[in-house]
Amino acid sequence: MSTNTLYGIFDDEEVLLSSVKEIRANNIEIKEVYSPFPIHGLDKALGLKETRMAITAFIYGCLGLTLGSLMIYYMMQIDWPQNIGGKPNWSFYHNLPAFVPVLFECVVLFAAHLMSITYLIRNGLYPGGKSDSPDERTTDDKFLMEIQVEGDATIIKEMLTKTGATEINEKEA
Amino acid sequence: MFTIDKKAKNLSMALMAIGLVALIFGFVSNPHDTWPALLFNTYFYLGISVFAVFFVAMQYVSEAGWSIVLKRVPEAIMGALPVFSFIMLFIIVAATSHFGGNHIYHWLQEGIMDPASDHYDKILAGKEPYLNATFFIARTSIYLIIWNYFAEKLRKLSILEDKQGGTGSHFKSVSTSAWFMVFFAVTSAMASWDWIMSIDAHWFSTIFGWYVFAEWAAIGFTTILLFTLYLQRQGYLKDVNESHIHDLGKWVFAFSLVWTYIWFSQFMLIWYSNIPEEVTYYTARLEVENYKFLFWFSMLINFILPIILLMSRDAKRNNGRLIFVSIFILIGHWLNSYLLVTPGTLNTHGHIGFTEVGIGLGFAGLLIYLTLYTLAKEPLEAKNHPMLDESKHLHT
Repeated sequence: MSTNTLYGIFDDEEVLLSSVKEIRANNIEIKEVYSPFPIHGLDKALGLKETRMAITAFIYGCLGLTLGSLMIYYMMQIDWPQNIGGKPNWSFYHNLPAFVPVLFECVVLFAAHLMSITYLIRNGLYPGGKSDSPDERTTDDKFLMEIQVEGDATIIKEMLTKTGATEINEKEA
Repeated sequence: MFTIDKKAKNLSMALMAIGLVALIFGFVSNPHDTWPALLFNTYFYLGISVFAVFFVAMQYVSEAGWSIVLKRVPEAIMGALPVFSFIMLFIIVAATSHFGGNHIYHWLQEGIMDPASDHYDKILAGKEPYLNATFFIARTSIYLIIWNYFAEKLRKLSILEDKQGGTGSHFKSVSTSAWFMVFFAVTSAMASWDWIMSIDAHWFSTIFGWYVFAEWAAIGFTTILLFTLYLQRQGYLKDVNESHIHDLGKWVFAFSLVWTYIWFSQFMLIWYSNIPEEVTYYTARLEVENYKFLFWFSMLINFILPIILLMSRDAKRNNGRLIFVSIFILIGHWLNSYLLVTPGTLNTHGHIGFTEVGIGLGFAGLLIYLTLYTLAKEPLEAKNHPMLDESKHLHT
């Protein structure tokens, strides 16, 4: 049996959303949806797993805290200890209140930048990355639903038309 | 409609009875130590009830739609404002006349501004134009009367909206709220200088108004959250969904961090510059055995606990977790309020005993009773608010 890929093209995000719900209710797996902008509630309708971005943010924050501490420890204790306003310069712990703003900024810096970078890489938006979208119009005003079908595709095509797809394309894989 | 169930009523009555016993016991055995206990408890609960007004005003000014389904809750917490305002005014008037052995404010001591007297204090005498008994009472009365006026007006408009419909009372609420915001921005800071900062009259901190506001915000949001969860558990507020609770949880988390941020800003600048007239405030707390533990302990539960237990999204949607953290935040800020007042008034002799805890519990009973009583007066669901539908479909 051959595997074909179906592209259902929609004009309106509300129609697309209800179509996604209906098709998934019939136990047909949707491979991907392409849209020019984020659609509220689409992630739930597609049954996507919850994002793990928050966990990465926490890890990056901890990394920032660790590296920031090491940096300050090296600068203020080892490389160039200074007597600033009579504050104890021989001890990291006793000087800690003065270092907190720097550590805080390091946490924010690492969490924010590494999160953005992770997000971009995860979405394939790195230099030299190629667009996955099978139809250029999804960057303008069309919404596209991608379904992989084994064997006969007529039922799914009918369902797409019934739920509001304005155009259906097929590609043999 | 909400009806107070027997259990809640009995509990609040029992708490108020404990409070009354503690108050009488305190004033009979040691009035000098009881006034500060009364002051910091009033500060704490007055903060919760005035913050409810701020919360309602903030929703109107920012045209926020999410909170409409639970807006009766802060409106009911406002119901406790007149009582706590009255207690605060009573304490201030008693302080200026030294009624019942009230010596909370050092600068109100007799002869302290008089060059001929033995008690003469040149620095405090220089502050006389602001720190004098008449102006002190006048200021306190103005804050309290106007806060109560705005609370009453916002509540009346909200009820009027239910009955009349239309957008007239909504837009009136928006402009009323805007005026309240402007007034509260100035008076909340001034009230914090008057009631709390002037206890340590030689000392001053320019961030103090924000510090007190952040504390009131943290405990205010926590209280709104707790009452909402209670009503939900009782089977009321059917329109409040997980997202509303999540949003309130975010506020609690955020303002716990804001409080810490300001706490630390004040602490670090004073610690770093190490000027004698400033640093005495912290030595009075950190070099005294019975305050030192509470100082770090309250910091720990007001900051570390929420940041560990409330950071993730799932935690803010877990009612058990929210209740656990909320109760600890309230305890932590209660201890912090204690530390704001006690070292300046009782020097090194302060301790948390039956009087302090008893009055705290009594006021908690008073707050619970007045809030539930106010809730029972009006239907629990607001209708006719222009953004009601948006609030019902909140989804984050």
